[in-house]
Amino acid sequence: MTRLRSTTALLLSCTLLSACGGQDPTLPQTGPNPTLPEPHRGLLPTMKIADPAKNGWGNSRPTVPQGFTITAIATDMKVPRQILALPNGDILVAEGKGGQDGHIMRPKDFFAGVLKERGTSSTKPGQRLTLLRDANGDGVYEGRTVFAENLNAPYGLALVGNHLFVANQDAVVRFDYQPGQTRASGPPTVITSLPSRLNHHWTKSLAASPDGRFLYVGIGSNSNIGEAGLEAEENRAMIWQIDAQTGASRQFATGLRNPTALAFQPGSNQLFATVQERDEIGANLVPDYLTSVREGAFYGWPFAYWGQHPDRRVQPYREDMLAKAVRPDYALGSHVAALGLSFSSGVMGSRFASGAFVGEHGSWNRRTPAGYKVVFVPFIGGHPSGPPIDFVTGFQGSDGKTFGRPVGVTVDPRGALIVADDLANVIWRVVPAGRPQPPRLASVR
Amino acid sequence: MATTLPARRTLHPVPAVLLACSLSLFLGAWLSDWTYADSYYVQWINYAAWLNAGGMVFLGFATLWAFVDIFRKDVARDRGSALFVLILLVAFILGLIAAFVHTKDTNAPMPEALVLDVLVFLLVAAATWLGFSTIRSGVAR
Repeated sequence: MTRLRSTTALLLSCTLLSACGGQDPTLPQTGPNPTLPEPHRGLLPTMKIADPAKNGWGNSRPTVPQGFTITAIATDMKVPRQILALPNGDILVAEGKGGQDGHIMRPKDFFAGVLKERGTSSTKPGQRLTLLRDANGDGVYEGRTVFAENLNAPYGLALVGNHLFVANQDAVVRFDYQPGQTRASGPPTVITSLPSRLNHHWTKSLAASPDGRFLYVGIGSNSNIGEAGLEAEENRAMIWQIDAQTGASRQFATGLRNPTALAFQPGSNQLFATVQERDEIGANLVPDYLTSVREGAFYGWPFAYWGQHPDRRVQPYREDMLAKAVRPDYALGSHVAALGLSFSSGVMGSRFASGAFVGEHGSWNRRTPAGYKVVFVPFIGGHPSGPPIDFVTGFQGSDGKTFGRPVGVTVDPRGALIVADDLANVIWRVVPAGRPQPPRLASVR
Repeated sequence: MATTLPARRTLHPVPAVLLACSLSLFLGAWLSDWTYADSYYVQWINYAAWLNAGGMVFLGFATLWAFVDIFRKDVARDRGSALFVLILLVAFILGLIAAFVHTKDTNAPMPEALVLDVLVFLLVAAATWLGFSTIRSGVAR
């Protein structure tokens, strides 16, 4: 009987759970035509949660391409997510965390919650905006003030003239802002309430149109693939267009499972988004993507992925929605978790002048980790073109420990890429050689 | 003169109650999954996952009790007792698979979940039947 039991246990863990170590097959999954395998899921979802290094970065540093240097301009942040470079060179950082803690619908949610928590920072989220200042341009950010606090999981940031817009997890709010200001002059004004019940995917990304008339807010789904019920998905998995003056909102594009970063392509009126696709149908499904956002388009979630590939986990199924689904522009790879997006310019040097930087927070739903880096997607003629180039790497050590996880990325017009690291609670600054750089800190915790 | 008579004693009250609890919970899981499959209202399949998990706790202890009984010298056994333990073990393994299947999202557990619910319920029902009609302890004093 004991033998029967152990044999069965072995059978269970190897054949059925498909969790016997090994590597995930590597498929070409970046660019406009990713290779998509058939959906597959064993008895248990494949998981490899980031295992944070005990001493943070210690003496290690992220790796940047030849000709660039990287330094930490701020440490001991409180879970930094997105960044905004203000016109006077100040850097504004949104720190916080949202979602309904401990929302358990099934036994699975309890275990998943405990496991995924391990891969994140244990620091209490700041729920605030921090302003960093390098007054003399020597690369040392000597000034640091709390611009605003007691916000509800602030994430997306946008400046339009003298108005600073912040996308909290439940509303877009507006602060008055004068150049040089280091503290908000008062509590913010609510512009538009956002869907926030449950808030499984709580991050509300934000971008302003070049003329400043409209705000665009990315609202993530309330579930992986509809398991919270389709009622919970009302007004979710979409991008809203909001009139910055009146706060009136309308649906701009739908079927985007979790649009975590939005940005307008410089010199155009074209909105781009990075989107997190669905889990639990394999290590190589579904690629997260970067796409231009077409007004009125339906990008598939939950019924379809990567154009018209059906996902029949959703019932009752809608064939009409499958037929409507459009294909995104550019795959970044499955499970990479692209949370940051910023278009580049000449200040980053000729090789990285035309394209976009993408911060990839890193995977959990595959054995071989994916993401955990910042990549550069080259653009030719206004469109993503060619394979992504690793720009900041080394977030995981050779022993598999994770030093940090990149989130928001922002090109600072003064000539740097700013990267928020929400595991190590660090703000990184990557500069082309020849620009002022601060002395290297001995150790980054 | 002392006489030793073979006595038929039904299942001990503790595993009896454990089995009764798991039986009703597994029945609930089956009915909930059935309702989900009929309505696609996700809360029903969520209930099914919890009912299955609850059933597994009671079934786990019942199986453990039966397993320990195998090694007890003072418990009389016949062919039925071995079958009793075997059925409980199979029910436990299938119930565990059902629990894992219920971790899949939205409609992905179907139809496997429903099939497993029925099998587990029938196996636990069979084990309970067998348990109550098996010689467990031997002597009348």
